[in-house]
Amino acid sequence: MDKILEVNDLHISFDTYGGEVKAVRGVTFDLKKGETLAIVGESGSGKSVTTRALARLIPSPPGRIKQGEILFDGKDLAKLKEKEMQQIRGKDISTIFQDPMTSLNPTMKIGNQIMEGLIKHQKMSRAQAKSRAIELLELVGLPNPTERINQYPHQFSGGQRQRVVIAIALACNPKILIADEPTTALDVTIQAQILELMKDIQKKTESSIIFITHDLGVVANVADRVAVMYAGKIVEIGTVDEIFYNPKHPYTWGLLGSMPTLDNTEDSLIAIPGSPPDMLKPPKGDAFAPRNEYALEIDKEMEPPMFKVSDTHYAATWLLHEYAPDIEPPEAVKRRMKGFAKTGAGNSKEGERP
Amino acid sequence: MVRYILQRLGYMLLTLFLIATFSFFLMKMLPGSPMKAEQKLSEAQLEILYEKYNLDDPVPVQYINYLGNLAQGDLGVSFQMNNQPVTALLASRIPVSAHLGFQAMILGTILGMLLGLVAAVRNNSWIDYTSNVISVIGISIPSFIFAGLLQYFVGVKLGLLPIAFWEGFQHTIMPTIALAIFPLAIAARFLRTEMIEVLGSDYIVTARAKGVTKGGIMFKHGLRNALIPLVTVMGPMAVSLMTGTLVIEQIFSIPGIGEQFVTSVTTNDFPVIMGTTLFFAFFFILIILVIDILYGIIDPRIRLAGGKD
Ligand SMILES: Nc1ncnc2c1ncn2[C@@H]1O[C@H](COP(=O)(O)OP(=O)(O)OP(=O)(O)O)[C@@H](O)[C@H]1O
Ligand code: SF4
Ligand SMILES: [Mg+2]
Repeated sequence: MDKILEVNDLHISFDTYGGEVKAVRGVTFDLKKGETLAIVGESGSGKSVTTRALARLIPSPPGRIKQGEILFDGKDLAKLKEKEMQQIRGKDISTIFQDPMTSLNPTMKIGNQIMEGLIKHQKMSRAQAKSRAIELLELVGLPNPTERINQYPHQFSGGQRQRVVIAIALACNPKILIADEPTTALDVTIQAQILELMKDIQKKTESSIIFITHDLGVVANVADRVAVMYAGKIVEIGTVDEIFYNPKHPYTWGLLGSMPTLDNTEDSLIAIPGSPPDMLKPPKGDAFAPRNEYALEIDKEMEPPMFKVSDTHYAATWLLHEYAPDIEPPEAVKRRMKGFAKTGAGNSKEGERP
Repeated sequence: MVRYILQRLGYMLLTLFLIATFSFFLMKMLPGSPMKAEQKLSEAQLEILYEKYNLDDPVPVQYINYLGNLAQGDLGVSFQMNNQPVTALLASRIPVSAHLGFQAMILGTILGMLLGLVAAVRNNSWIDYTSNVISVIGISIPSFIFAGLLQYFVGVKLGLLPIAFWEGFQHTIMPTIALAIFPLAIAARFLRTEMIEVLGSDYIVTARAKGVTKGGIMFKHGLRNALIPLVTVMGPMAVSLMTGTLVIEQIFSIPGIGEQFVTSVTTNDFPVIMGTTLFFAFFFILIILVIDILYGIIDPRIRLAGGKD
């Protein structure tokens, strides 16, 4: 598959009164055409900051891209001028935000909010934009779009608003859709509907999706590949099956171990001990070492590089070094992994089972 | 909406009636008489005057008469100013005050909004700090101090502008500035705070994510939302202008309604006091109504609630 986006060694910092918060510390990944990449990781691990940087939506000051490239369509977005960036935002790269209750302008008719991008990017007339907006609302499954287009956000429910937000994001058929926890604020049934909707739309428009979530069940349901973030870095990346059935990084083990499943009667959830590091003073060695029962001596001194597990699977842990002792994931996580294999928690897109 | 406005007008009448009643009885309780102020009149002369102005009737009768006249738009005649009807007095003075107040309000809010807007966009820059200082000064120092300072420095020392009377545009400049500083300070402060808050909200990020330009973010998405709370302080602002004119007109000898009001109080000119009070009350209620309607226009969430009942 063709790469549509390539992120190389991205560093993002916030200059605060307390000092420089190194929120993202060298993130590298790519996104292929038509695929869904899920990003998971604890709160504060830098998921939102990374993805917002892709559309250059980091508030600046205090935020700044310190280093790295974001290659899209032959351009480095990290260095693009604001004016040029405005041509890309909403047209090629769209974002769906977490909270539909606050992400719509309360004093603007939702029709106008959808039409804004169309008029700007597609140079449509108001009339054209309006009929396209009605089409979009139909696409996202909102009844009576012709009337609703003249209503204001407060006249919609949370789920309906998120549909409107999705319609706005889809307006110009973006090549990349970034969804930052799009269903977290919604109740479970609406969540499922919205996810279905996003999958449907992706089939129709062939856009690539970056999907941030805390819910590994959702990952298994929608994603092709998964990136696991910890303390501003991607610590493991691979296909859904590789991450669910053959995780290599102890932090991924912890995440899988702490994931509730429907059939986990035999063992209780395993919490990851400790808390994430202070991003004002990231530790010298591996950031996960203080919380990691398998940590080696070298972990306190040097950060591990990305080790290749397969062509699609990489993990940053010294445990993959040829001199490292052979350490197996904990029994409980292993049972989990077997459980996933049995119930098929991973999606069936890839077919292969390790 | 129509029903809502009619309902509001009903309340307005009721309020006016209560204020008329209240001010009438307050006047009756005041010590002193309008007739004794200047000339030494004999008992007999006073009798005649009381008779003439119906001041010898029992209070309830006077009250009924007063309300009856009021209903016909008759506010009585002034005891002091050559028996002119109060309505005619008001009519000659309201335009002057309205001119002054309006000019000050427009100048103050527009400059204040500009200042607040720039301060919000250049958050924490020297413009922001300057704007902050101006706001604090404008809010905490009463307008008559500025009036005095302006008169002394601009009027007397520099001789640039006339220091009193109302005889042309030049005469309006200093009182307008003195009066405009308070609304300017309020508008600047409010808009800055609101704008910063609005610009940090999620829907602004959504708008940016759509590729909206900086100007579009500021004016189309930002300003309108930031204006909503500003509208709520416009009422108090208008009232402060009203009370401001009482003093400012006196200081600059401007023949406005405020100056007349102050004079009428010192001379116990009951009909003028009551007439002016009623006018002020009417004006205040009207402002509140206008602001409520304006609020509904700017904020769709309110419009709906208003339209339904
Ligand atoms: N405006 C800001 N100023 C200072 N620090 C910030 C700012 N925005 C984010 N950060 C810091 O960047 C780090 C990463 O935050 P980010 O929002 O990306 O986390 P996240 O992985 O999306 O978490 P969550 O799952 O809670 O959404 C955090 O340590 C946060 O404190
Ligand atoms: S590199 Fe060391 S500390 Fe980091 S996850 Fe691997 S074993 Fe743990
Ligand atoms: Mg986030």
